[in-house]
Amino acid sequence: MSQFAINLLFVGASFALYIGIAIWARAGSTKDFYVAGGGVHPITNGMATAADWMSAASFISMAGLLASGGYANSTFLMGWTGGYVILAMLLAPYLRKFGKFTVPDFIGDRFYSNAARLVAVICLIVASITYVIGQMTGAGVAFSRFLEVSNTWGIWIAAFIVFLYAVFGGMKGITYTQVAQYIVLIIAYTIPAVFISLELTGNPIPGLGLFSTHTESGVPLLAKLDDVINALGFRDYTADVDNKLNMVLFTMSLMVGTAGLPHVIIRFFTVPKVADARWSAGWALVFIALLYLTAPAVGSMARLNLMTTVYPDMAGQVENYDEAANNPILYEDRPAWVRTWEETGLIQYEDKNNDGRIQVYNDSNEAFADTAAQRGWEGSELNVNNDILVLANPEIANLPGWVIGLIAAGGIAAALSTAAGLLLAISSAVSHDLIKTMINPRITEKGEMLAARISMAGAILLATYLGLNPPGFAAQTVALAFGIAGASLFPVLMMGIFSKRMNNVGAVAGMLSGLIATLLYIFTYLGWFFIPGTNTLANTPDNWILGISPLSFGAVGAMINFAVAFSVSSVTKAPPQEIQDLVESVRYPKGAGMAVDH
Amino acid sequence: MADDKSNAAAYWSANVRLITGCLIVWALVSYGCAILLRPLLAGIPVGGTDLGFWFAQQGSILTFIGIIFFYSWKMNRLDKKFGLGE
Repeated sequence: MSQFAINLLFVGASFALYIGIAIWARAGSTKDFYVAGGGVHPITNGMATAADWMSAASFISMAGLLASGGYANSTFLMGWTGGYVILAMLLAPYLRKFGKFTVPDFIGDRFYSNAARLVAVICLIVASITYVIGQMTGAGVAFSRFLEVSNTWGIWIAAFIVFLYAVFGGMKGITYTQVAQYIVLIIAYTIPAVFISLELTGNPIPGLGLFSTHTESGVPLLAKLDDVINALGFRDYTADVDNKLNMVLFTMSLMVGTAGLPHVIIRFFTVPKVADARWSAGWALVFIALLYLTAPAVGSMARLNLMTTVYPDMAGQVENYDEAANNPILYEDRPAWVRTWEETGLIQYEDKNNDGRIQVYNDSNEAFADTAAQRGWEGSELNVNNDILVLANPEIANLPGWVIGLIAAGGIAAALSTAAGLLLAISSAVSHDLIKTMINPRITEKGEMLAARISMAGAILLATYLGLNPPGFAAQTVALAFGIAGASLFPVLMMGIFSKRMNNVGAVAGMLSGLIATLLYIFTYLGWFFIPGTNTLANTPDNWILGISPLSFGAVGAMINFAVAFSVSSVTKAPPQEIQDLVESVRYPKGAGMAVDH
Repeated sequence: MADDKSNAAAYWSANVRLITGCLIVWALVSYGCAILLRPLLAGIPVGGTDLGFWFAQQGSILTFIGIIFFYSWKMNRLDKKFGLGE
């Protein structure tokens, strides 16, 4: 069977599974549609949350980020997991107790203000839409690489599949497909990693292999990697960072952003009890950790593999790295996987010094320029896109064709599961918060279901359009999504639970000031509304205030939100008694019951 | 009624104390051991590098899992103790 047929088989089988689940799990009521009927087992919900959370970025890009950034990019590992700790203790159980369907629901009711509800709806929609663009383009890339269809067709197929189970099944269909998607993606991610870890360290568990001895050289793997890349002018993989303030704030921004992202929060509305919401957050993190503990191993091992492929003399015990560096591989001897990926343009080779060999090194390191010149090198000749590391892993490890098919299905599963969660958050905000609560409270259950399905279909069309015509700033919008969620939504949710005194004026003022401060800071460096060339200051560390990068500003925005909310609230009228009673009631699990219609 | 109120208040302050403790550990492993205190832990070797690197790439995640399960377990006991569970 050809590789194409195998890929088709795996992806086709996974789609058949998702559609089967969609037929089985049709939504009969708004409660089914918004919160899967409120009866999802905490472990099931944990697994669905893990798939919801781990996007194309986690599956495809994170290992590459770690490979290129080493220790400095551990921020992604800690930030995208640490958010679950604050979610489990500060938000999830109380919002579950509140027992409504959406995040703006809580903000609007708790702050007895439709203005607050509207700001929350806008924040939710902007954050979710920016986020969903990346999922659609990610699914498009996976399709075009593995199924030999054009990118455009890939995105349309992805949209059609999501349409089938999200529009008909709502949260119920999404939950059970996400469970299936989690299983597909975790198997796909783990199998190649196990083989690579075995090959390099003899340890079948990649997370342990990372800290084991590199078999071929007898040196610890990470020390070996440091030596190899050091000889090529790169910073040590394990090197410490200078700007610790920025590293702390970036990690914190990712954590509060994770906790404030509505598509993650609403997953905790689907479990039967308050206690289940707590357990479920723990299970979600266990399932996420299975991938996140493997990713750093994949990143470092793939980088070592790549370097020793180019410089075969560096693979074993090396006396003199200088000599080993002088014998890179001939271009015509390059392995088959390099050839495959060259065809996609994601690996590019240019023989700058015309010696027929491949030289890879850090040509932007001035201190290394002399060494490179002595070796007769005239620039790094191989350009490898970081995103291919995970996708190319099975080929690098010489694994059979079915593993490649599995990776294809896994990458698509990661993108689709996150897209579906985001689309549900968007459509419920439109049909429930805008239409049912603010525009037409007398809408019937049936009417609201129809509105929910139509807004879901509309959201899918919009996401597809944006996936096909990604705005030039797509890569930077992740900062926007996390900035909005962290600086605007997370603080008001937390204050709504932990402070009885927090009133409507304080919450709206806090939300707006956190949001505006974050947007201003991001736009100053990344361009106003992300239009290239309109940035006020160059986006370089010397221009950043106190060395804080625009991506790290979400944490500062959150602090501004808290500070403004508390000051404004303290000089304005305390919330009415019934609101204080509401706060009181969300704090105690007693009397929660199922998520209620209202 | 007054008893109910003070019982509920005691439950809530026990919860807040527990959260505070958990958050201290949470911050200590991530912002502490993995980032700010890494130079202090540099002398402790772990598989070719140092303890701070391990915390940044694995230790903090494992601790986070531990914190959430510990919190859930403790809260279940508090729910029962104060009679405020479901």
